[in-house]
Amino acid sequence: MKQFLIFIKKEFAHVIRDRKTLLILFGMPIVQILIFGFALTSEVKNAKIVIMDQANDISSEQIIAKIKASRYFEVEKTVMSHQQMENVLKQGDIRLAVVFPANFNNDLLHHNLAHIQVIADASDPNSATTLTSYIGAITQDYMTGILTTNNIPYRITPEIRFLYNPQLKGAPNYVPGVMALVLMLVCVMMTAVSIVKEKETGTMEILLVSPFSPFKIIVSKAVPYLILSLINVTSILLLSVFVLDMPINGNILLLFAESTLFIITCLTIGIFISVKTNSMQVAMLISLMGMMLPTILFSGFMFPIENMPLPLQVISNIIPAKWYYIIVKSIMIKGLGFSAIWKETLILVGITVFMLVISLKNFKIRLS
Amino acid sequence: MEAVIVKNLVKIYGKDKTAVDDVSFRINQGEIFGLIGPDGAGKTSIFRVLTTLLLPDGGSASVDGFDVVKDYKQIRSKVGYMPGKFSLYQDLSVEENLNFFATIFNTTVKENYHLIKNIYIQLEPFKSRKAGQLSGGMKQKLALCCALIHKPTVLFLDEPTTGVDPVSRKEFWEMLKQLKSQQITIVVSTPYMDEANMCDRIALIQSGKLLSIDSPKNIITSYPEQLYAVKANNMHVLLKVLRKYEQVMSSYAFGEFAHVSFKDPGFNPDQAITYLKDQGLSDIELKKTAVTIEDCFIKLL
Repeated sequence: MKQFLIFIKKEFAHVIRDRKTLLILFGMPIVQILIFGFALTSEVKNAKIVIMDQANDISSEQIIAKIKASRYFEVEKTVMSHQQMENVLKQGDIRLAVVFPANFNNDLLHHNLAHIQVIADASDPNSATTLTSYIGAITQDYMTGILTTNNIPYRITPEIRFLYNPQLKGAPNYVPGVMALVLMLVCVMMTAVSIVKEKETGTMEILLVSPFSPFKIIVSKAVPYLILSLINVTSILLLSVFVLDMPINGNILLLFAESTLFIITCLTIGIFISVKTNSMQVAMLISLMGMMLPTILFSGFMFPIENMPLPLQVISNIIPAKWYYIIVKSIMIKGLGFSAIWKETLILVGITVFMLVISLKNFKIRLS
Repeated sequence: MEAVIVKNLVKIYGKDKTAVDDVSFRINQGEIFGLIGPDGAGKTSIFRVLTTLLLPDGGSASVDGFDVVKDYKQIRSKVGYMPGKFSLYQDLSVEENLNFFATIFNTTVKENYHLIKNIYIQLEPFKSRKAGQLSGGMKQKLALCCALIHKPTVLFLDEPTTGVDPVSRKEFWEMLKQLKSQQITIVVSTPYMDEANMCDRIALIQSGKLLSIDSPKNIITSYPEQLYAVKANNMHVLLKVLRKYEQVMSSYAFGEFAHVSFKDPGFNPDQAITYLKDQGLSDIELKKTAVTIEDCFIKLL
């Protein structure tokens, strides 16, 4: 036990005395959560648009006023000709153009049918779709306004409710994703690198020629990173609650318990990498390329897994981050209990046990 | 009783890189045993087999009566090992390193302080300094302390003086002499031939093969010929003409001299001086010289 404690103390000393490690360890989660939370939201705000109003009547003016009032759009200018409109769109700054034909109000009142043309820059298809749907919503809103005054008997108004995230905030999606990503990186890379470092500097040679068994070396290497990662989980949650205004709807203890499980999963992966490699660079590359990319691609937090071809969907099942992402989303956003996530938990336990067994089988009690 | 027994040891890397080729030797308890040989001779491989870090590909070895393959756990808790490369934690202080290794070996610094006292006294002023910031000699002293702190029965030192200044090297060997009086068997390797004389017995090793095992004194006295040191105005020409001279048995550069031995034991060296003068050399100096371990090593190659 005394051996354990001094080993863990030593590991902490390594981390604390190395400024760079410390910065990566605690700076990265904070930076990532802020970057993802603020910069990388899929909401489109303040999109620059132009308006070509050939009607200049009361209806078009009212709709334009509504567009101008919306926080999604910023009306850059009004143009007069199609030629002019095409030119400004080509420049790339302008995301969308709205065209009102002449006689807009007349058509609306006499034919009960009027057209507006919405031309979007679809070089970025996602934001183009989002922006056109915003325009659609604004015109819809205007129409409902007219209709209530005209009193038409039969009307179906779909009332849409967004569950769990009524304001469609970007952050709820990113926080669980960033948690999975950060824990994956910190645990896998840090453990792998810190064990391989002992191999590279030769201290592993001395440790092996000691009564402290290799298995104990591995365990006492993992414990400090488990503790440090839990600190990271706490700081991410604090940031998301107090900076990103994202409450934790579920049981916080359950969230921590599941996070601990995921951290242990990552630690076993890190241990496996360290068993298989002999240099810090290789360990770092494998952890980064082998862990970060699949985590981003297959955890479902950036790209929906349902849209992927079947083989990729199958592959995504072996990515631990996918299951953790589902668990965190369920607890944090939906506020669900353990009964809803026992399957995912079981899968994580399975991956952990599997990684542990193959690491121990491959662990060398000697050099080479 | 023998502390270390090595029988027909073979170590092969990859498919056919033989690092240790059928090596056998025995080391008595309480002696300083030196493995002397150039870089790449197989010294480190032998050390790693004996410290259970590598599996032998042939033959067997035991330390303190324990087999290096079967009983590796017992060996690991009994021996002290100092690898060739400085292998302590550079970001931990002198004191922290020592405490760490003492605890890992289930002991305390206090318990065995008497063993390291003479060495540690020199380190004491720097005890809060980080190990990475120590000088080469100091690092080796600290590594020795860490290898000694659990009172090992056998101490394996792999090239402990490589890269250390001459004064520190001398000090280091003084310390080993002191440890010998504590009944610790010391197995040490070195590429420096002059350090061989400090050992009780030495094994000369080259390309994985043992050339000779004996006390340094016996190895030197068993040198069969009288050895001469020759000097002249042009070393390069001197070596060339010596090689052509039919009376010469062996000749090679040795510092500022050339070491020469002759085939005929009753050979008159004045003849050689005459020969060298005939070859156009001047300032010729020729004298009898004492045999060193290095001469023996060259002879055995």
